[in-house]
Amino acid sequence: MTKKGKMCDMSQVSTLPIDVNESSEPVGNTPIVQYTNISKSYGKTEILKDLDFKIYPGEKVAIIGPSGSGKTTLARMLMTLEKPSSGRIEVNGEQLWHREVNGKLLPADEKHIRKVRGDIGMVFQHYNLFPHMTILKNVTAALIHVAGIEKTEAEQRAIQMLKKVGLDHKLDVYPAQLSGGQQQRVAIARALVMKPKIMLFDEVTSALDPELVGEVLEVIREIAAEGEMAMLLITHEMDFARDIADRVVFMEGGKVVEEGPPNLLFTKPKHQRTKEFLSRFHSR
Amino acid sequence: MWDSNFAISIIPDLVDAMWVTLSATVSAFFVAAALGLVWTLCKRSSLKVLVIVVSSFVEFIRTTPLLVQLFFIFYVLPEFGISLSPFVAGVIGLGLHYSTYLSEVYRSGIESVPKGQWEAGKALNFTRPATWFRIILPQALPPVFPMLGNYFIVMFKETPLLSAITLVEMMQKAKIIGSSSFRYIEAFTIVGLLFLLLSYPASLLVRHLENKTSNRFNKAA
Repeated sequence: MTKKGKMCDMSQVSTLPIDVNESSEPVGNTPIVQYTNISKSYGKTEILKDLDFKIYPGEKVAIIGPSGSGKTTLARMLMTLEKPSSGRIEVNGEQLWHREVNGKLLPADEKHIRKVRGDIGMVFQHYNLFPHMTILKNVTAALIHVAGIEKTEAEQRAIQMLKKVGLDHKLDVYPAQLSGGQQQRVAIARALVMKPKIMLFDEVTSALDPELVGEVLEVIREIAAEGEMAMLLITHEMDFARDIADRVVFMEGGKVVEEGPPNLLFTKPKHQRTKEFLSRFHSR
Repeated sequence: MWDSNFAISIIPDLVDAMWVTLSATVSAFFVAAALGLVWTLCKRSSLKVLVIVVSSFVEFIRTTPLLVQLFFIFYVLPEFGISLSPFVAGVIGLGLHYSTYLSEVYRSGIESVPKGQWEAGKALNFTRPATWFRIILPQALPPVFPMLGNYFIVMFKETPLLSAITLVEMMQKAKIIGSSSFRYIEAFTIVGLLFLLLSYPASLLVRHLENKTSNRFNKAA
């Protein structure tokens, strides 16, 4: 079948990404995140297949692709919400799921995972705010109970962050009293206040009413413009991906089909599958 | 048949015994509430041995009669050098037995907390204990308070069983009064009324609690 032929083609591209990314991958820089040979399957269903993937410090990477392509699993593994079936993930030069003892890789314990995980932050599709805490408490909780920062200082930082997302007038209300867009902005502030080196955005606007998408994207744009933090955005918002990403990755069937700078990937996709996927979006 | 003067004369004695019943209920409930939570947390441990041991123990307690357990604690343990007063044995027996039911109540509360809350805890790098005590339990417990309250009332009504291990609570007191005066109708009627007098307001309170918790975080903006 012709489809099978294409699949071979794709895997070749994913192992030799250099020709497409020369412009976006800073040469000689060490990646902040590196997936090596990552596979994930649930029973017989393979979600990711021998995936190699890197993110560089400060880089903004957008992942696009049809649902079931494995893009969310990719992010969830980095947040340690899902365990890879095989392969390794390194964050900031340290193994995430393993620890090295005398050159051997052993499964990591909770303590090690927590140490490495501290560099990663995540914003979820369904916000996942703590419903029993006020907005201010949502943002200060991790500062106080994870970072061990004293309460008044934590509150100052939280208020500053809530100001950034335009919600510093809602400190004492509960999440249920806010709109979806506002809740998502709080969730962004909550993740951001921990100063992660890389932040994951997992379809953060997919659960929002259309009229609320803009305010959330605007906040993410502002954060991206500040620059220093690496961002991995899983999104269906093509215009948004084009605007803020340094590199766009198209995934399908658990593999990276094609990647490159947005102006190239969106205007001159090399692969038939990418073209088909993008044309479906344009025609909508 | 009914002798009102006699009935009035025995009320002070029965009210005294009522305090024993109440303090046994409250103490046993605290034992049950604490142990139940311990069982629930152990059952969710990543340590497989702990899960199996606790699960079997809980299943054993739940599927054997409370009366047998009470007899065991009060009459058998002394043979192993553990002699307990009727009150302490009763509190431990009743508390242990109901801890297995309360454990199920906690489980239902914990399972009703969305998975996303655990994930948010991980994403913010909370330790496991902090995730439990700061994020999960504060959401899991309030919705089950009414169920816990119901079990409190059930336990209250089970306390007459403690008369079997010689605890002089209301029921035992009524039996003593009955056997010494050969008048049973007044004593047992008053005991029944005292139970009603205490259970009914308690069940109203539980219902009130139910209404209150059901709309806890959904105050309209």
